[in-house]
Order: sequence, then structure tokens, then C-alpha cells
Amino acid sequence: MLSKEEINAALGKGLTQAQLDALHNARVAVVGLGGLGSNIAVALTRLGIGQLYLYDFDRVELSNLNRQYYFLDDIGQYKADALLKHLRQINPYAALHSQVVKVTQENIPALLGDCDIICEALDDAAGKAMLVSTVLSTWSDKKVIAGSGIAGFGKAEEITSKKITKNLYLCGDGSSDFHDLPLCGARVALCAMQQALLAARIILDLEEN
Amino acid sequence: MLINGEEKALACPTALSELLTQLGYRTAFVAVELNGNIIKQKDFSSTTITDADKLEIVSFVGGG
Repeated sequence: MLSKEEINAALGKGLTQAQLDALHNARVAVVGLGGLGSNIAVALTRLGIGQLYLYDFDRVELSNLNRQYYFLDDIGQYKADALLKHLRQINPYAALHSQVVKVTQENIPALLGDCDIICEALDDAAGKAMLVSTVLSTWSDKKVIAGSGIAGFGKAEEITSKKITKNLYLCGDGSSDFHDLPLCGARVALCAMQQALLAARIILDLEEN
Repeated sequence: MLINGEEKALACPTALSELLTQLGYRTAFVAVELNGNIIKQKDFSSTTITDADKLEIVSFVGGG
């Protein structure tokens, strides 16, 4: 078994001590563990994020395998449980808090109170609007990185990252809806990686305040 | 009134929920910042917008 130090050294290769400390002290939540969230969580685990909070109420289905970070053996399991298993294969020492739960207006204060950055990765538009509105109206010091517009086979450069308000960042093309277009795993992952990169940039103080 | 950085005229004070509908938004799918503060969704109908306000409206589409 590799030691914690060996794993951390590998994941943090090339980073300065200050950057490693910032990542290690970061507390990030991923709400929704589907095509966006499962891929975001993998990227954040590979970054060596200190505390990762993972929330989803759903189970893995065969139809998820076109874009989500799950495998045939995961079918029928809760996504929060299956993903935890995969993340432990990347870093068995990561502080992962995963819970089978539907995030609602009522439980947001309890579930997200300890986080600095929240990656919104829900699949329905109403859920996204609820999460963003509730978090940003409840706290003035938390950042939300939301994803919107990931469907279809549109060009990669249409998926962008934008700072909308002081605490809200939006990734995606802003308009392609999964009710009208199929979901292509590569394009969904592009948005997920932009959300994960933004989280890293915020933690490393590379984003304008 | 400024909406998403664009100057617009508002003839009379209007409830935020009504304004959103007039502008073609589905109120359940948007997050709104009014003069720097995010408005809770349950307060959309009790919040009045005047011509002096600055609004940022983010509309979400499905897919995750």
C-alpha cells in the first residue's frame, strides 16, 4: 500500500508548497453526481482537494455510461457510493464526504455550510436555479460554479467559463437543452473540466475577485 | 434599468416575477441578482423593480 505522502507527492507534482496548502485546505462540494458531477469529482480528487463533499440521490443506470464516470459493475448502486469507490482508487487518503441525499432549499444550510466552493452539477434547470439562488442568497462568501448548456455536438469553443456576478461562475454554452438534443460524453466532460479548472483557479487565487 | 448589461426602459414599477415573464423567462429556471444581491426565488413576486435598478438574470437549461 502506498503511503499518504507518496500519493500526495504524485498528485501535487510540480506545485509549490503554497499551492499544495491551498488545495489541501480547500473545501469543495459537488451537487449532483451525473455527467458533470462525477467527472468534476474525479478531476478534483486528482488535484488533491482537501475536503470533498459529494451529494446525489440517484442510482447508476446503464444509460449513464455514455457520459458518467461509472462502470457496468456500478449499475444499481447509489452514485454517491459508486463514485466514492472510484475516487478511493485515485486517492485512498482523500477526505471524501459522500451522501445519498436530494439537495433541497431546506437542507442546503446543513449540507453546504462547511464548503467554500460549490460545483452545481444537477440535471434539471429548476434544480440548478434553486441551488444557485439559495446558496448565493444564504451566504455572501461562497462561490458557485454552475453548468448550463452541455447538450448536442456543438463545437468545443462554444463551451465557455464566465464570471457572472461576484460569487457566480457559469460554464457551458448557456443554451443547449438535453430535452432537445442528445448528450455527448465528450461535450459534457468539457463543461465538467471547465468547472473543475475554475475551482482550482479560485482556490489558487488566480481568478479576479 | 440595466438588464444583463443592456439599457432598457421600464415605464412603471413592476413585480420581478411579472417582469421576468414579460421578458420571456421561466421564473423557476432563473437566478436573479438585483443591485448586487441575489434574490430568493420565493421573493420574486414581492420584489418590485424600478427604472433605477440593475438586474443580472441567469437562465438555466437542463443537462447534467
